[in-house]
Amino acid sequence: MTELSPARFSEQAAAALKDAALQRALGNMRIGFIEKRRKAADKLPEFEALRDEGVAIKNHTLAHLDLYLEAYEKKAVEAGGQVHWARDAGEARQIVLRICRDAGARTVTKGKSMIGEEMHLNPFLEANDIEPVETDLGEYIIQLRHETPSHIIAPAIHVNKDQVADAFREHHTALPPDRPLDEGPDLLAEARTELRERFIEADVGITGANFLIAETGSSIIVTNEGNGDLTQILPRVHIVLASLEKVVPTLEDATTLMRLLARSATGQEMSVYTTVSTGPRRAGDPDGPEEYHVILLDNGRSALYGTEFQEVFRCIRCGACLNHCPVYGAIGGHAYGTVYPGPIGKVLSPALMGIDKAGKLPNASSFCGRCEEVCPMRIPLPKLMRHWREEEYDRKLNPAAVRWGLGLWAWAVRRPALYRFGARFAIAGMAFLGRRRGHLKALPMAGGWTAHRNLPAPQGGTFHDLWRKRKSTRRRTDR
Amino acid sequence: MPDSPTVALFVTCLVDLFRPSVGFAAVKLLEQAGCTVEAPSAQACCGQPGYNSGDRKSAQAIAKGVIAAFEGYDYVVAPSGSCGGMIAKHYPELFAGDPAWQARAEALAAKTHELISYLVDVRGMTAVESRLDAVCTYHDSCSSLREMKVKAQPRRLLQSVEGLALRELETPEVCCGFGGAFCVKYPDISNAMVADKTADIAQTGADTVLAGDLGCLMNIAGKLSRDGSAIRAWHVAEVLAGVEAPPIAQAETPGGGSGGRP
Amino acid sequence: MNSREAILGDLRQKLNRPADGGAGAQAVAERLSAHRRNLIPQRGQLDRAGRIDLFEDYAAGADATVARVSSAEAVPAAVADFLKAHNLPANLVRAPDADLDTVPWESQPTLTLEARKAEEPDAASVTAAFGAVAETGTLVLVSGDDSPTTLNFLPENHIVVLWADRISGDYEAQWSALRDRYGEGALPRTVNLVTGPSRSADIEQTIQLGAHGPRRLHIVIVDERP
Repeated sequence: MTELSPARFSEQAAAALKDAALQRALGNMRIGFIEKRRKAADKLPEFEALRDEGVAIKNHTLAHLDLYLEAYEKKAVEAGGQVHWARDAGEARQIVLRICRDAGARTVTKGKSMIGEEMHLNPFLEANDIEPVETDLGEYIIQLRHETPSHIIAPAIHVNKDQVADAFREHHTALPPDRPLDEGPDLLAEARTELRERFIEADVGITGANFLIAETGSSIIVTNEGNGDLTQILPRVHIVLASLEKVVPTLEDATTLMRLLARSATGQEMSVYTTVSTGPRRAGDPDGPEEYHVILLDNGRSALYGTEFQEVFRCIRCGACLNHCPVYGAIGGHAYGTVYPGPIGKVLSPALMGIDKAGKLPNASSFCGRCEEVCPMRIPLPKLMRHWREEEYDRKLNPAAVRWGLGLWAWAVRRPALYRFGARFAIAGMAFLGRRRGHLKALPMAGGWTAHRNLPAPQGGTFHDLWRKRKSTRRRTDR
Repeated sequence: MPDSPTVALFVTCLVDLFRPSVGFAAVKLLEQAGCTVEAPSAQACCGQPGYNSGDRKSAQAIAKGVIAAFEGYDYVVAPSGSCGGMIAKHYPELFAGDPAWQARAEALAAKTHELISYLVDVRGMTAVESRLDAVCTYHDSCSSLREMKVKAQPRRLLQSVEGLALRELETPEVCCGFGGAFCVKYPDISNAMVADKTADIAQTGADTVLAGDLGCLMNIAGKLSRDGSAIRAWHVAEVLAGVEAPPIAQAETPGGGSGGRP
Repeated sequence: MNSREAILGDLRQKLNRPADGGAGAQAVAERLSAHRRNLIPQRGQLDRAGRIDLFEDYAAGADATVARVSSAEAVPAAVADFLKAHNLPANLVRAPDADLDTVPWESQPTLTLEARKAEEPDAASVTAAFGAVAETGTLVLVSGDDSPTTLNFLPENHIVVLWADRISGDYEAQWSALRDRYGEGALPRTVNLVTGPSRSADIEQTIQLGAHGPRRLHIVIVDERP
C-alpha cells in the first residue's frame, strides 16, 4: 500500500469515491451523527449560549496560555505527577521511550489519542521492541488492519463488519477458526476478551487528554467504552499525551466545554465516561497507577500563536465539522492523507506539516460553511482555509496556470467595458453551439465542468447589452 | 429612506453572461416592489473568484471598483446570495486594517441584499402575481442560507404562485458541490456532491427545481441534463416574475408548452 | 535552553507577556481561585424530588437501570432482585465504603460480598456514589482507600448505591462538594463521571453496550439520609 499523503489528495479522493464499501459506511455516518447532534442541541435551550461561553473560555485561556500552562504544571507536580515538555514529535517519542524503558515495559496499552497519531508513536514503539496495543475498539480494528484513523472520534468508520471479522480471524489465531463472527455482538465480545488480557499484562498505559485543568493539575479524558480507564488504572505507569492548548482554567470551565463536546460529537447528553485524573495513586489507594506522567507537546503550534490561525486552538476535537462536511462525507478521512481529516484538518494540517506539503487541503472546499455553523467553538474554518490559500498564493506555491488565469481574470474584470467586449464574443459562440439543446456537452478548457455535467448554454447577449437596448427603447417610447 | 428607493442591481457575472432573463426578472420584481432600478455599467464581478483563490490583492482592487460604482445608491441588490454575501459579509473583512476603505466597505455592506430577502424583508412583499403549473423543490444555496439568512423568504413568495406546489428536500442544508472554482478544481468530489443533490431532488417527486443562485443552478441543471432527467431548473426570480425563458440547460420545447414558460 | 523554557519563552513573546507576567498573571490567579460558575442550564434547577426524577430519566436514557428504595434496609433486596433478573451469581465484590457498611447485607442471606478491589473474573460489583448530576443522569464516583476504581470498570455488572440527597442539579455543585471534601485545588486520584454503561459504536455505527467497561449499570437510589 502506498503511504497516504496530502500531496496526492486528488488521486486518493478519486479512489475513495470508487470504494463501494467506504461509500456505504459514509452513508450511515451522514445520517446518524447529523440527526443526533441536531436533536441533542435542540433539547438544550442554552446550547447556543454555551457555545458563546465556550468560545470566551478558550479565547481567554489562549491569550494567557503561558501562564495557565505554568499554573497547570505546578499543580500537577504538587499532586505527584511528572510533567515533560516536548517541542516536537521526536522529542515526545524519546520521552515516552525513556519512561517505558525505566518501567521495563514490553506491552503498552493505549487509549485513543490524536496526539499519539501525530507523534506516529506506534511504529516507533514497535521499532524499539515495545508492543503498543490500541484499546479503543475502532483503533484496535485499524491497528490490526495496519491503517490510520479515518475520523477523529470514529477511527474505523470506513470498516464494515465483514472486514472486522476478517481482521479478527487473521490475528486471534488461538481461537477456533470456524467460530461465528457474523454479528456485531460476536465481534464486540471477542475484542473485549482479547483486550482484557492485554490490559492486565500491560506495564504502561498511554492516554490522550481532552482537557488539562490548571486549577487542580488534572487531565480529563472522555470515552464511551471505558478503555481509557482500564488503560490508566491497571498498569503501573500512566502517560498522558497532550498538546499545549488542552489546558483550561477550572473545573467549571471544563464543564462548560463538556456540555458542548458530546452533544456536538455523537449527540449524547454526555459521553459515558468522563475521567478526571490527578497524579498517581494516593497512599492507601488499592488501585491506580504508581506513576503519572504528562507530556506537553508543541509540535509547531506555538508558531501560530499571535496569528489569525490562533482560533483553531479552540478546537475540542468533537468531529462535528467532519460529520457535517459534504467533502468528508464524499471521500472519508484517509483521502486527506493527514492525521487530522475534514475541515479541521484542512486548517490544522498546513500548520503542522507546512503549506507547501498540505496546500491541496485548504483548497478542497466549496466554502459551504456548514463546518463553521456546527463547530461548538465557532472556529471560522472557511476563513482560515482562505487564509492558507492566501499564504499559498503569496508564496507562489499554486500552479502557474492558475496564477496566470487569475491574473488575466482580475485584469479584465477591472475593465468592465473591455471585459464585456470580449465576453460578448465568447457568449455568442457558446450560445450558438448550444442553441439546439440548450447546453454544451464539452467545451475546450472546461473539462473540469463537462466531465460530469453539461454546460448550460448562454441565452445569447449579455444582460448589460440587453439592458442598454431596453433603456434606449424606453427612452424613445417615453418621448 | 424614500418610499421609492433607487436600487442598483448587482447583476452578477453569471447572470450577465449566461442568463440575462434572471436579471430582467429581478428588475421586474424590484419595480413591482416600488423601486427604481439601475444597473450600473461599471460592474463585472464582485471579486469572489480571486478572494477565494488567495489572491487578496486582486480581490481588493476589484472590490474598490464595485464600492465606487455602487455606494451612491440607496440599496444594492443581487439575484444571488453568493455575490451578495461577498459584498455584504466579506468586503469589510477584505479591507481589515485599511480604515478608509473598510468604512466604505461597511457602508456598502449595510445596504446590500440578496434579491428575495430584500423584496420580503425590506420591501414587505408578501405575494406575487405569477403562475406556474409545477411541483417544485427549492435548493438553498449555502451563501444565501448561511451568510444572507435566506430561507423562509423565497418559500413565502413561492406559495403565492398559482399552480405551484412546493416539496422540501430531505437535506436542504447540504451544498450542491458548485463552490465556484471548487467544482472545476475537484471535479470528482463536486460530482459526488451534485449527484447526491440531484438524487435528493428526484426523490421529492418534483418536476422542477428552483434556487436563488445561478452557480448552483447551472451545476444542478447541468447534472440533471447530463443524466437525461426531465426535471426543469429555473432561478426563483424567473418564476416569481413570470418571465419567459426555457429551463436552464434545456432548449425551448417545440411549440412552447410547459417546458418553456415559468 | 530546555524545551520547557523554549516553548514558554516562545509563547510569552507571541502573547506579548512582560517578564513578571504583568496584569495577565493577576487575572489568571484570580480566575483560578475564584473558579466562577459559567452558564448553568436551567434543566437541573429543580427541587429535591424533581432532581431525583430528572436524574432517573436521564440515567435511564443512557441505558442505566434504576431502582428506588426508601432506606438502606431495602438495598440488599434491590441488589438481589437485579442479580436474579439477569441470572447472575449472588457473589459480589464491594467497595470498603463506610456508607455501604450501613447497609444490612445480611438481610439477604444468599448474597456474599467481598470488600476489595476488582479482579478478573469478578462478575458484579457494588460501590457508593460520591454524588450525581440530575442534568444528564451522571454519577460522580471518586477513588480512595475505601473506593477502588477497578470496581467501576472491570466487572460486567456495576451496581451503584446513590443516596438521593447527593443528587445535585448540575456539575458545579459536585465540584463544590469535592472542594469541601478534598480542599481547594485538590482532587482524589480519579473522579469518574459515569453516564450509563460502557458502549461502542465503532462497528458500523451501531451502538453496542459493554465494550470494555460494564455491560450493565444498575443504580439504587436511597431516599433516606445516610
